[in-house]
Order: sequence, then structure tokens, then C-alpha cells
Amino acid sequence: MANAKGSAFLLAGGTDLLVRMKSGAIDPELIVDIKRIPATQAITKTASGFKIGAGVPCAQLGRDAALVKAWPGVVEAANLIGSDQVQGRCTVAGNLCNASPAADSVPAMVAARAKAAIVGAGGRRSVAVEKVVTGPGRTSLEKGEFIEAIVLPTPAPKSGDAYLRFTPRTEMDIAVCSAAVNLTLGPKGVVTAARVVLGAVAPTVVLVPAAAKAIIGSTLDDDALANLAAACEAACAPIDDKRGTVEFRTEVAGVLARRAAKLAYERAGGK
Amino acid sequence: MAGVHVSTTVNGDDVEFVCPGSESLLDVLRNRLGLTGAKEGCGTGDCGACSVTVDGQLVCACLMLGAEVEGRQVQTVEGMAQGDQLHPLQRQFIENAALQCGICTPGFLMAAKALLDRNPDPTETEIRYALAGNLCRCTGYDKIVRAVSATAKELSQEATTKGSKKR
Ligand SMILES: Cc1cc2nc3c(=O)[nH]c(=O)nc-3n(C[C@H](O)[C@H](O)[C@H](O)COP(=O)(O)OP(=O)(O)OC[C@H]3O[C@@H](n4cnc5c(N)ncnc54)[C@H](O)[C@@H]3O)c2cc1C
Ligand code: FES
Ligand code: FES
Repeated sequence: MANAKGSAFLLAGGTDLLVRMKSGAIDPELIVDIKRIPATQAITKTASGFKIGAGVPCAQLGRDAALVKAWPGVVEAANLIGSDQVQGRCTVAGNLCNASPAADSVPAMVAARAKAAIVGAGGRRSVAVEKVVTGPGRTSLEKGEFIEAIVLPTPAPKSGDAYLRFTPRTEMDIAVCSAAVNLTLGPKGVVTAARVVLGAVAPTVVLVPAAAKAIIGSTLDDDALANLAAACEAACAPIDDKRGTVEFRTEVAGVLARRAAKLAYERAGGK
Repeated sequence: MAGVHVSTTVNGDDVEFVCPGSESLLDVLRNRLGLTGAKEGCGTGDCGACSVTVDGQLVCACLMLGAEVEGRQVQTVEGMAQGDQLHPLQRQFIENAALQCGICTPGFLMAAKALLDRNPDPTETEIRYALAGNLCRCTGYDKIVRAVSATAKELSQEATTKGSKKR
């Protein structure tokens, strides 16, 4: 691929690539189908977590009982992408590399501390998912580099994650804004660690450390949740368009983060 | 883009074709193999009129390249009926008047079949979610959902009578 003369594109599920080819936005000289590399086709449970091959369609994530149990938020985010037809093709690595600010699986992967296993002519490297996208449609991948797998850690004991999005329709719609939360509980249901991530409110997904700080040390009481929502609102820099105004996206981001935190808390075993 | 030679199986028949690497499976089916059941409503994955299955997985043929089906099993709406014998879903679509212009019908049939293969007794909500990737501009969805429910009932009754005969 690195030696291709014209434009070369990697094909995973093709659910973004083929739409862009159809619209004439791109006219690839070379298309490389990553799914023909057998190692990209499997979800493997390793000592340190899960390795999701870059060719694995999102529907397969939902069928993997161990993955659903470990990372329900990541799986629910991946399974929100498109219809059953799209689910049968689309991948989380493709969702990431397409670099849409509204990509559903990305906030959940960032909250889960997922890493992208990248391969290129220069060898292999492992990069935090939040470092891959640099702006709408842009990634930090070098020419000839591709993501071989998305690697999720083993969740900490007593932890839980959740992802919620707002869309006008329940299915087949792009997130107006979204929130993912991953948290860990200590004794007496006190939050000891948290990651709060927002989608579709800025050029890339945003990790909001201030929101995490607002709930760490709390039992997710109303004050902590109000502080979490306020920190999320402060982190929003959304666009204004027909799908949602700045004010609307900002407010809903706070509400979604609050609800996602509650859901993650329940999943972690908190009451 | 250079031509790609592809050997695959479509509705149980071995098929070979050559197509440009950038040609969609939908264009291959319709223009090279003469299988015009799958329709192009949008060409961008939104309408489901092009739904087919590949190795049993429901997909939009417009979102796959022809080159991607090398060595796979493709099923289209043309493979649903057994000779003159319509598939129960096809019969129930007619009996429940679940189509008007019919453009969306092949896609709905393939999506409904994929649902019933995996979940023989779906609730109305499950049917609506499973068909969310298919759009119909004429009929409305109630009759389509009813046709799928009726087929599920018919197939489960058939299965129980067959089961009791065996015993
Ligand atoms: C009808 C429809 C509905 C949709 N709904 C949603 C939705 O609700 N939410 C959502 O987030 N998205 C949605 N999408 C967008 C799309 O389905 C997702 O972004 C999907 O996850 C893309 O994955 P893919 O494997 O199909 O990517 P592809 O189309 O194969 O690739 C996308 C881009 O990433 C590059 N790429 C792919 N894999 C790699 C890799 N391993 N390494 C390096 N580069 C790579 C490709 O070259 C291409 O530029 C929808 C699309 C359609 C057609
Ligand atoms: S033509 Fe393929 S989804 Fe509309
Ligand atoms: S019957 Fe015409 S679009 Fe469905």
C-alpha cells in the first residue's frame, strides 16, 4: 500500500468507504481488503483483555458473551451503528479511522482505555484510541500504516461502562451528541476511578477529566452528578446545525453523561 | 481500476465473473448476473432495497464490492421460492397486502428471512428493529410487520405438526 502510485484505501466493512466512492468523493486506485488477513477476523481473549481484529463486524461483538459481560458499554455503542445490514459489515476500527466526530463506538472505546494496535512498514506500535483521530476525517496514521486490532483491557473488578446517544430516530441515525462512562467502585460503593467521554460535541471525541474528578470519591449522589453534568457542559464546543443547536447539544451532553454514569454505576454493582 | 476475476456461489449455483475492483456487489448481481431482484433505492446503505445474505449474514449489496464475495455463499430473493412454490414469507406478503409498488419488497423479504432464521418467534418490537434498515415509501410498515408475524406463526405451527407426526 505504501508503494501505491495513486490513492490507496484500506477496506474493512466498507460502510463508509463505499458510500464515499459512490458519491464521487474518492476514486481509489487501489483497495486493500483487510478482511482477507485471517488474524483480523477474530475476537481473542488474552491474559490482559480482548483483541478485536480489524475485520470483525460489529454484529459479532454482540454475539461474544465474554466481551458483552466485560464491556457492555463498548458493545452497546458498536451495536448502535446503522441497521442489521450495516452491523453485518461495519467494524470498530473502521468507525475509528473514518474519524467522524459522531462515531458511536469511539467514546465508549476511549472510556474503556482501548488501544489501537497499528502495523506499518516501520513495525508495530500501540496507541491510545483517543490519539488516533486528530480532526474530522483525519487520523494520526502514517501512509502505509493500518490498525490490525483494537485492544481492550480486562476490566477492573467492580467496574462498569455505558454509552448513550441522542438521536431523533431510535435507529439508523447519527448521534446529535453522546456520552460514555467507565467507572470503578471501591468499598461502600465509592467511585475510585472514572473516565467520562463525550461524542459529537467537538471536532473529535473529548475525554473530560474534570467530569471524572467530579464523581471520584462520591457514591454518585445528586451533587456529584450535577458537578459531572456541569463539567461536561463546560467541555462542549459543538457545531450549530439543523440537527442540534449549540445550546441543545451542550445541555443534552450533560444529561446523557449523568444517565450513562448511573448505568455504569449499576453495572459495577453499586446501588 | 483493473478487472478482478471472482468465483462464488449465488443461490446455490457456482458463478464466475470479472468486474472492476470498485464495482459493487449490487451492480454485479443486477448487470452481470441478471439477478434484478435486489434493487438500488439509494446506493448508500440507507434503504435496504438491495439486501442479500453473504454466508448467511444480511448485508446491503450496495455496500459491498463484487470482489469481496470470492469463495462466499450469496443468497438473493431469486433463491427464496422453491420452483413454483413461494416461500411462506412471500405468500404472507401477498396475503397481507404487504406491498404496493414492490421496490422495497425483495429487501424486506431477505431481511425478514434473516430475522426468522435467527429468531423464529420474534415480538413485534423485535420485528420492527430487525427491519429498521429497510424503507418502504408506499405500504407503511404495519402490513409488513403483520406478514412477518403471520409467517412466524405459520412456520412454528408447521414445526409442531411435523414434530408430532414423527412421534
Ligand atoms: C446506513 C448507514 C448508517 C450508519 N449509521 C452509523 C451510526 O449510527 N453510527 C456511526 O458511528 N456510524 C454509522 N455509519 C457509518 C459507518 O457504518 C461506521 O463508521 C462504520 O463503523 C465504519 O466501519 P467500516 O468497517 O465499514 O469502515 P470502512 O468503510 O471499511 O472504512 C472507513 C475508513 O477507515 C479506513 N479504515 C478502515 N479500517 C481501517 C484499519 N483497520 N486501519 C486503517 N484504516 C482503516 C478506510 O480506509 C476508510 O477510509 C453508518 C453508515 C451507513 C451506510
Ligand atoms: S440501495 Fe443499498 S441500501 Fe439502498
Ligand atoms: S411497496 Fe413501494 S416502497 Fe414499499
